[in-house]
Amino acid sequence: MARPPAHRGRGARPRDVLYQALLLGAVAAVIAGMAWNASHALERQNIASGFGFLDNTAGFDIVQTLVAYDETATYGRVLLVGILNTLLVAVTGVVVATVLGLVIGIGQLSSNWLFARLCRAYVEILRNIPLLLQLFFWYFAVLRALPGPRESWSFLGSAFLNNRGLYLPKPLTGPGFEMVVLALGVGLIAAAILAHVRRRQREETGRAGPVLLPVLGLSLLPPLVALALAQFPVSFSWPALAGFDFEGGFTVLPELIALVVALSTYTASYIAEIVRAGIQGVPKGQIEASQALGLKRGEALRLVIIPQALRQIIPPLTSQYLNLTKNSSLAVAIAYPDLVSVFAGTTLNQTGQAIEIIAITMAVYLTFSLLTSAAMNAYNRRIALTER
Amino acid sequence: MGAIRKPPRRQLPGPVQWMRENLFSSLFNSILTVVAIVLIYQTVVPFVGWAIVNAAWSGQGREACLPYADGACWPFIIERSGQIVYGFYEQAERWRVDVVFMLLGIGLAWLMMPRLPAKGAVGVVMLTVFPVAAFVLLVGGMGLPPVPVERWGGLMITLVVAVTGIVASLPLGILLALGRRSELPVVRGLSIAFIELWRGVPLITVLFMAANMLPLFMPDGMTINKLLSALIAVALFSSAYMAEVVRGGLQAVGKGQYEAAAALGLGYWRSMLFVILPQALRLCLPNIVGNFIGLMKDTSLVSIIGFLDLLGIIQSGNADADWATPNTAMTGYVFLGAVFWVICYSMSRYARALETKLQGGDAR
Repeated sequence: MARPPAHRGRGARPRDVLYQALLLGAVAAVIAGMAWNASHALERQNIASGFGFLDNTAGFDIVQTLVAYDETATYGRVLLVGILNTLLVAVTGVVVATVLGLVIGIGQLSSNWLFARLCRAYVEILRNIPLLLQLFFWYFAVLRALPGPRESWSFLGSAFLNNRGLYLPKPLTGPGFEMVVLALGVGLIAAAILAHVRRRQREETGRAGPVLLPVLGLSLLPPLVALALAQFPVSFSWPALAGFDFEGGFTVLPELIALVVALSTYTASYIAEIVRAGIQGVPKGQIEASQALGLKRGEALRLVIIPQALRQIIPPLTSQYLNLTKNSSLAVAIAYPDLVSVFAGTTLNQTGQAIEIIAITMAVYLTFSLLTSAAMNAYNRRIALTER
Repeated sequence: MGAIRKPPRRQLPGPVQWMRENLFSSLFNSILTVVAIVLIYQTVVPFVGWAIVNAAWSGQGREACLPYADGACWPFIIERSGQIVYGFYEQAERWRVDVVFMLLGIGLAWLMMPRLPAKGAVGVVMLTVFPVAAFVLLVGGMGLPPVPVERWGGLMITLVVAVTGIVASLPLGILLALGRRSELPVVRGLSIAFIELWRGVPLITVLFMAANMLPLFMPDGMTINKLLSALIAVALFSSAYMAEVVRGGLQAVGKGQYEAAAALGLGYWRSMLFVILPQALRLCLPNIVGNFIGLMKDTSLVSIIGFLDLLGIIQSGNADADWATPNTAMTGYVFLGAVFWVICYSMSRYARALETKLQGGDAR
């Protein structure tokens, strides 16, 4: 960051102090004026101000809730339900978009002419069409056009897709399942310790012991043994057609499917470009050097190319994750009950407390943004080039 | 004295050889090729069948489309073409919209064609005179009968939102970027707060804010037009993104340029205006165009707060019982997707060309 050296130390000059004081005064005056007008307007319209409304009864139902909720719950509870629904979409979307973007990004560099062209076409088509239009396409044109429950598409007789959503078998846990979870936890910790020890060993002695198989074994064997000991305490509730609709299993709302599909396919086109640029950004000399050292293609990729590409990929990838989270607010257009839809939409219309509700909504998204960038910055620092 | 060895003749690969090298060089590669062929076959063939072969192309109303169960319903687009371009703007006054479209087209073409002279002057005219002229033409006044904003719609309102966002966000974004790099702590702090606030929240909440909160902030008795408040929201939002793009350009200008400007005795504003900004803006021009593409796509969000922009008009057509066919929604979305794609893809090609041109200039 090159700062203009000629203007160093400006902050101390009296003229600059005056200018800054004037600017601060002007901003404060504008904000105070708006607050004054707003308080008058609210008084005229008889709208209470403050955050007391969060304790009032909401009185409306929400089609998908991850925590207990009914019509007698408070607006505060509505806020929580909305935040969780937004997070559900964001996390699912980020995972799917990353996998898809990785495949398509590497595919763009494939030596297979046809496959590379196909990936390129995917990127150029998806990212030049508005996301909202793609969302409407998936929701109104694709999912609505699916057959009704009686003519559902069936996957192996255990999962069903129709115009009311996706029906999946729901795992039910029996007594003794806690043991399995506990065993899994112990196994994972043991595997992490082993991986750490092996890495230290390799760094100190230069000799690499087997890692992958022992780690897999340590993390998978204990829970499997526990499962067998507890006589497989897992059963499934299978969805089955009963009358005009399905019963049993659990249902994924069509709104959720449309939102996740639209968000992840759209964001994947951006991630693919980031991945492509990251891999192409690794200097050719590095690849040649790894060949000269006698590394196999897989080793070169894992030990030389990917670590260096990641450094270029992580920062823009972070902003794509944030974009996906923010874009999940388009849910309001297809009435998926996310934060904007149930809180900045329904709750705002019922209470009229626009200022508080918009402020809370924006604060929630700002918090998401700050937390995500903090986490990704920490990760980025860890993998950044350590220059001696 | 030996026979002169001729270099081996370079063989042009025949189609079979080309395919062996590029499509079937290994087992994995062959599998990829088969997967790609299946994917293309599964998508392109049904799409062409739906959009062209099995589609309804002429006729009136939904009856024209109902027989074509597996094809697009193009009469829907044809009949609505007026609304798609002008919304519900009065028939007799639509020439005014046409004039604005033409002025915009001429101005943009002038700026984008490399051979034409006086780019600076045309740019200034587009940023100052054109918005005023467009405002008078579209809204009315100076002898033209007024057309209420409620009747605006379609491509016209999409372009109004996009162009206003672009024209307003450029100067605002430059100021904010300069503020963020300022040595004055108050200026820097306020700029950072402003930029990060808007960049941290979704556009839809900003539009909700404009629709619900801006009217409350107005003095007693003063009302604010719904479209104007949405335009303010879009301008504030996109200026924050523009500020970050311009900041990237400012950082890319070499330190020596700042020092040279100072050595010439130029003050802060003069050195910025005459030395730094012209170079910074040139450097980040491709990214500015990229920002415009994003803004163009984001304009479709105004349909959520009740404007009948391109997407809003198509949505209202889908909900219309007169056009209730199984293919109306798909037809509308595919058509609109093609429109947006042509606009955004050509802008991105232009940005790419600019980038190579700028890089070429550096290499000299």
